[in-house]
Amino acid sequence: MIGLVDCNNFYVSCERVFQPRLEGLPVGVMSNNDGCVIARSNELKALGVEMGTPAFELQQWVNQGRIHLLSSNYELYGDMSARVREVLEEFSAGVEPYSIDEMFVRFDDFDAATTQALARTLYRNVRQFTGIPVCVGVAPTRTLAKLANRAAKNLPEFDGVCVMHADGDDTRRLLERTALGDVWGVGRRLVERLAIQGIETAWDLRQADPKAIRRRYSVTLERTVRELQGTPCIELNDASEPRQRIMTSRSFGRLTGELGELQDAIRQHAQRGAEKLRQQDSHARAVLVFLKTNRHRSDLPQYSPSVVVELPEPSDDSRPILAAAQQGLEAIYRRGYRFMKAGVMLLDLVDANREQLSLLDTPEREVQRERDHQLMAALDELNGRMGKGTVRLGVPRQNAAWHLRCAHRTPRWTTQWRELPKART
Amino acid sequence: MRDPEIRHPHPAPPYSALPHPLATIRAGISGFPSPAEDYVGRTLDLNERLVKRPAATFFMTVTGDSMVEFGIQDGDTLVVDRSIDARPGHIVVALVDGEVIVKRYEMIGKRPYLCSGNSQYAPIPLANLDCQVWGVVRSVIHEYAV
Repeated sequence: MIGLVDCNNFYVSCERVFQPRLEGLPVGVMSNNDGCVIARSNELKALGVEMGTPAFELQQWVNQGRIHLLSSNYELYGDMSARVREVLEEFSAGVEPYSIDEMFVRFDDFDAATTQALARTLYRNVRQFTGIPVCVGVAPTRTLAKLANRAAKNLPEFDGVCVMHADGDDTRRLLERTALGDVWGVGRRLVERLAIQGIETAWDLRQADPKAIRRRYSVTLERTVRELQGTPCIELNDASEPRQRIMTSRSFGRLTGELGELQDAIRQHAQRGAEKLRQQDSHARAVLVFLKTNRHRSDLPQYSPSVVVELPEPSDDSRPILAAAQQGLEAIYRRGYRFMKAGVMLLDLVDANREQLSLLDTPEREVQRERDHQLMAALDELNGRMGKGTVRLGVPRQNAAWHLRCAHRTPRWTTQWRELPKART
Repeated sequence: MRDPEIRHPHPAPPYSALPHPLATIRAGISGFPSPAEDYVGRTLDLNERLVKRPAATFFMTVTGDSMVEFGIQDGDTLVVDRSIDARPGHIVVALVDGEVIVKRYEMIGKRPYLCSGNSQYAPIPLANLDCQVWGVVRSVIHEYAV
């Protein structure tokens, strides 16, 4: 079985751990550079505030004290994400971060009651140990675990934990209630095409003939059908849900502690991630870098750090993304550990076309932006025509002076000695 | 319906050394340091002593003088562990009416109270109070001016 642990309104929840008075209030987190809403509490969602809303449109509510807007505090979110992962790792050697706030956890094949109890314990411990509320979905495949997690989050009868078995009436009822668009990897266009065929719910799709689906649509959709039937066939790296985040990671052929090798790997992952961003016309706001030692080698010291570096502005340019990734790697790298895996995640993606121009923009910057765009297009074309890695970027620009507007950023409670929370006696 | 839980007290996981530079690095005969030697010659690590469960451990700065008798002074740093279930006698960080305070959790008679280490402050009865334990204080760090 595989579990998906998803943090509820993660950025806002991180803020609330240290500012309990924000509990129950409408809270939003804004990006530092372009001032858009990138995370919302349930209360803010209920007021109809959409993701990406520019802060100035909400200024009146802020002035009236009706809502609270905070600048993003990626240092805090990165640290809290690592803590959540660490709590999960006490239970399973198979924890794979899927985004900053979602992690897959491999469950051994326990009986149903034990699985349920373990899932409940994860739910409770993450909440207690880190202060972050989560939902837990457990199922035989990643696709079903995603749906189980949705059920855990949205249906009160589950109280935050849903274990879904491959077969049974409960599974059928849940899948019948699930719209196709909510199935992992089924996009809007597919939904329309499938609807014509009379396939409208997750259950309908599960009942379809996988081979016929492959002929008519794709191998990817065939895999989804099999996953809905309970047969695991999607690995994390194929997972297609790139709208929100892009992850590129790989295990090394052998364990390595060489900084040079790690830098190479991170460079490749960052560059590949940036290419994917450009393919789908997105910009990223932040870069997460992680390393992992081999948890099964208990004879070796263990260290699996991660860090989030915010970009100076939302971007799809390989150069700042690479620079941020290398900066992150330098911050977390320690000698004496042999790493099994390194990866890069691009976070808080925004549609390139919908992006707001910054107030600081000048015509010169506009020209520069266009030139950067052409350079990246040329890079992608060369790599596309002549093979991946034909053109690679070298050492990132040193000491990029990044001035962030972060007037409303909360203290970095867990990563800066000078900014610790205060406890009154 | 509440599901059963695996276990209630939360024993800390086995300690794995926090990353920090080695005090000594010794090369093996081959000239390369052996990973097994990482634990040899490591200086004492205060983290190992004070932080039993890193994922659940947070540091806080103390303000105020009402806990002086318990050895907690203004400006001290608290090591707070959220994985411990609070019991009477523990020094706790608690949320009372949205405020973060540090007090000793005690039962007086059969009622729970938050008590100060200073007779000028009366114990705060927890009945009828919106109070949540945020974490349990494991240790306090007091630095002297030198």
